[in-house]
Amino acid sequence: MIEIKNLTKTFEVANGTLDALKDVNITIHDGEIFGIIGMSGAGKSTLVRCINMLERPTEGSVIIDGCDIGRLSAKELRNKRRNITMIFQGFNLLMQRTCLKNICFPLELAGVPKAEAKEKALELLETVGLPDKAYAYPAQLSGGQQQRIAIARALATNPQVLLCDEATSALDPKTTHSILELIKEINRKTGITVIIITHQMSVVEDICTNVAILDNGRVVESGAVSEVFSKPKSDAAKRLVFPEGAEEVFAESGNEPRIRVVFNGAKAANIPLISQMAIDKGIVANILGASTKAIGDRAYGNILLGIPGGKEQVATAIEYLGAIEDITVEEV
Amino acid sequence: MLDKIFSADALAESIEILQTEFPVALWETFYVTILATAFAIVLGLPLGVLLVAGEKGGVLPLPKGLMNALNVIINLLRSVPFLILMILVFPLTRAIIGTTVGTPASIVPLVIASFPFVARLVESSLREVNPNIIEAAQSMGASPLQIICKVMIPESVPSLISNATIAITTILSYSAMSGIIGGGGLGKIAINYGYYRYKYLVMVFAVILLIVLVQLFQSIGTKLATKSDKRLKTKRNTK
Repeated sequence: MIEIKNLTKTFEVANGTLDALKDVNITIHDGEIFGIIGMSGAGKSTLVRCINMLERPTEGSVIIDGCDIGRLSAKELRNKRRNITMIFQGFNLLMQRTCLKNICFPLELAGVPKAEAKEKALELLETVGLPDKAYAYPAQLSGGQQQRIAIARALATNPQVLLCDEATSALDPKTTHSILELIKEINRKTGITVIIITHQMSVVEDICTNVAILDNGRVVESGAVSEVFSKPKSDAAKRLVFPEGAEEVFAESGNEPRIRVVFNGAKAANIPLISQMAIDKGIVANILGASTKAIGDRAYGNILLGIPGGKEQVATAIEYLGAIEDITVEEV
Repeated sequence: MLDKIFSADALAESIEILQTEFPVALWETFYVTILATAFAIVLGLPLGVLLVAGEKGGVLPLPKGLMNALNVIINLLRSVPFLILMILVFPLTRAIIGTTVGTPASIVPLVIASFPFVARLVESSLREVNPNIIEAAQSMGASPLQIICKVMIPESVPSLISNATIAITTILSYSAMSGIIGGGGLGKIAINYGYYRYKYLVMVFAVILLIVLVQLFQSIGTKLATKSDKRLKTKRNTK
């Protein structure tokens, strides 16, 4: 378990100080894939670097399995870091070493005998699906392949925690997906805890079970991904869920009665729900705004409907839609 | 005047000198340059590493006073003209070699003049290493020494070779100057015949040989630097 407690990080800048993180509290359980999402400058990278003490927090602590890693000596911290490895947006492979030697690198640092390190590295090349690239240099690989090598390198010391700092931000959507699938598979097989830092909603939706939304150095919302993304409460969360400002569109619509239909992971991704209501109940709803996302076969998000007719129609619509599992309806 | 320089007599005499004295001079210039460069690297490489690793925010921060002192010493040594430095280090040369004249004695001032220069070249090479790669190594639990020996230096090898080439060609031109204080080599021939005895043609030959040497060192260095750089390998080499 990783407990981030009252973490504050203040940087000295030219004209005063900059609070990158303010009183951040997050608990991450073993084996979880935890997303930390936020806009540029929200403090995500600083936060992830505080977890392995690449950045020293100004205040607060990071406790991993009961061990306050801020209090470790330099040597102890170096040993601990073999247990909390990291992948990066820019891959950061050693450009003058072959892929095999790159994967061996953390083992070399740990003093593992060469033959043993090589065996482990070859095994990991299989895991990440690049067994034929052992003697290629990073410059000969595509971005996605480089990130796979970086993942193999991060796994070489059998860590308990994998930190991903914008690991897919430099990749195209298809490659992003395949890298996320790989991380998911590794998480499932080894039970490694994964912390994903990203500014992309799709990444969190694709892979994370829990999420914390970071805005201006503070955690403004956290919880299960389905919960946070279907009913965003904070402004920052709303900005992420409705990047085009869908909420404002809702507010300016006409004066007919309106209901909000919230999809909470309903198995409704493939059902023409609104049309079905028109057929079954004769209510011709007007879609004023919608922001839904299908995650797997489940739908998340919400739709704002204008209901023509009187109170009776509204009540019928609420009853009809509310009867479906994992959908909540409210009049707005 | 030109016809006097290129007269048949002058040419015959020059060719004779070329055959009798140049082989030794060429060898002297060659070994002085190589040895001086080697010693300059032995001193300059660690110093250059300290300049980068020891600064604030480096992998092995050193006291600010020490860093300032290093920088001042390097700048001081670099600002003394070589001609004067050669004379200034006479006591040191005598202590090490036993004499201040002759070819081996010229190695001492060459090393003193060039190691601060080498340190600056090493510094600039090491600064080219992507700081994110250093951060990645830190995230894997690398110690400062491991980062220096396994990341910073190996990652900057192509640049270090390029800069070593610059160093060797600079030291070669310095070594020609040491003819003035009795150091041997092509420089001595150029000065003795060309300057003191007005045999311009001999001097021209010496200069041509120096140019050939510089070209040789430069092309070997460039080739080695390119060959060592794995970032430039674009052809797929999977097995």
